[in-house]
Amino acid sequence: MASRNTLGENLAAMLKGGVIMDVVNADQAQLAEKAGACAVMALERVPADIRRDGGVARMSDPLLIKEIAAAVSIPVMAKVRIGHTTEAKILEALNVDFIDESEVLTPADPFDHITKTDFTIPFVCGATNLGEGLRRINEGAAMIRTKGEAGTGNVVEAVRHLKMINKEIAGLKEKSKTDMRLFAQTERIPLELLERVREMQRLPVVTFVAGGIATPADAALMMSLGAEGVFVGSGIFKSEDPAKTAVAIVHATVNWNDAKIVTEASEGLGEAMAGKEIEELEVVMAKRGH
Amino acid sequence: MTNDQQPTTGNQQPITIGVLALQGDFAEHKAMLAALKIRSIEIRSTKDLEGCDALIIPGGESTVMMKLLKETGLDQSIIDRVRSGMSIFGTCAGAIVLSDSHLKLMDISVERNAYGSQLQSFSDQIDIKNIGSIEATFIRAPIITHVGQNVSILATHNDHPVLVQQGNIVASTFHPEVRSEMAIHQLFVGCLHY
Repeated sequence: MASRNTLGENLAAMLKGGVIMDVVNADQAQLAEKAGACAVMALERVPADIRRDGGVARMSDPLLIKEIAAAVSIPVMAKVRIGHTTEAKILEALNVDFIDESEVLTPADPFDHITKTDFTIPFVCGATNLGEGLRRINEGAAMIRTKGEAGTGNVVEAVRHLKMINKEIAGLKEKSKTDMRLFAQTERIPLELLERVREMQRLPVVTFVAGGIATPADAALMMSLGAEGVFVGSGIFKSEDPAKTAVAIVHATVNWNDAKIVTEASEGLGEAMAGKEIEELEVVMAKRGH
Repeated sequence: MTNDQQPTTGNQQPITIGVLALQGDFAEHKAMLAALKIRSIEIRSTKDLEGCDALIIPGGESTVMMKLLKETGLDQSIIDRVRSGMSIFGTCAGAIVLSDSHLKLMDISVERNAYGSQLQSFSDQIDIKNIGSIEATFIRAPIITHVGQNVSILATHNDHPVLVQQGNIVASTFHPEVRSEMAIHQLFVGCLHY
């Protein structure tokens, strides 16, 4: 019979082509569901506010996650700090559908990420490059999202991380046996996993993008680069018209290859969230975890 | 049908099966059809639908699919095509879309997420009429709570129907496409009416 991990990978497959939206209360969750989100990420503050407020960002209040879960019929995800096994146990007890071990929160363990194979609920983890993605998969992540740079409204890091992973996977074809072994050793991943990726020419789990996607055009761009779906954090509820922006981002994600529909989706949305230059950030979240 | 024969339409054109590609695991269904040597296309608009002889509605979120089906007018086009004879197969969310809650193409009632959240997702062996035992994967699956008299139950799990057929309309609450389990797709291809 299928392992819990395989069942998690199967749930990730059902999310493909969809938009996963950050929500901070039951009303936002319902708005997201109505707009066509394929899942919601329940959290206390969107990344832009975490940036603004500073301090230690932790797992959300379980009560808030319960309220959000009760408000919608689509899958509910929630975030735990990198390496915080106990926060993950709490989310498991809350029966959420997916746990995001996320760099958006303040890391809890400077050495290790959570051993995700110990859990019955699947995990999604961030990655900036191939080695990082494969370390997370080896620990049991059932889904990968590129990290991008959350809460910035700046898509450049999302593009960087997705392209980096794609380039590194393509580059595996040129690697000799020795180079493959060396890469696996340096990146602390099993050679068999790396060989499988060379063969498949993709990550072995569903790969979404996250971090800085603020407009319908951003979402369509990421899909055109090979993303299998999008996480939108601050981009929706920090925009002038969240309901309209949410619907527009769903349309652009589904029809990324149809410029006419992406154009229509982009029209008359009002102000997008205010963006930030990566060089001017006090905290670079993508550097958290390893 | 063997894998070597290309199924054809009445006038001997190879058939094309559309896979609804608004959201969900449509790529997995396309891969299954490719393994059966059947041409498939992704369906996102009423115009796309004109190019296919049969349709698969994949797994995914039925709320997302229904919203986009309505907005694109695909809901009515699919109803019209099926009423004039097009075969259709829905898995999980696809079964919900076909049920009496939505397109009403099949005389079944379903309860969404009836087993619970992801923790209650599972796989198990099921016995399929005239096919035998296969491993079926249920992901946040619905339960079929009622079937009409003209609906045949081809497989059950704990007394719940999980694979049902009404003429050339087939629905499963599990996902044959995630285990590369060919039997159900073969069954669907076998019931295409031309």
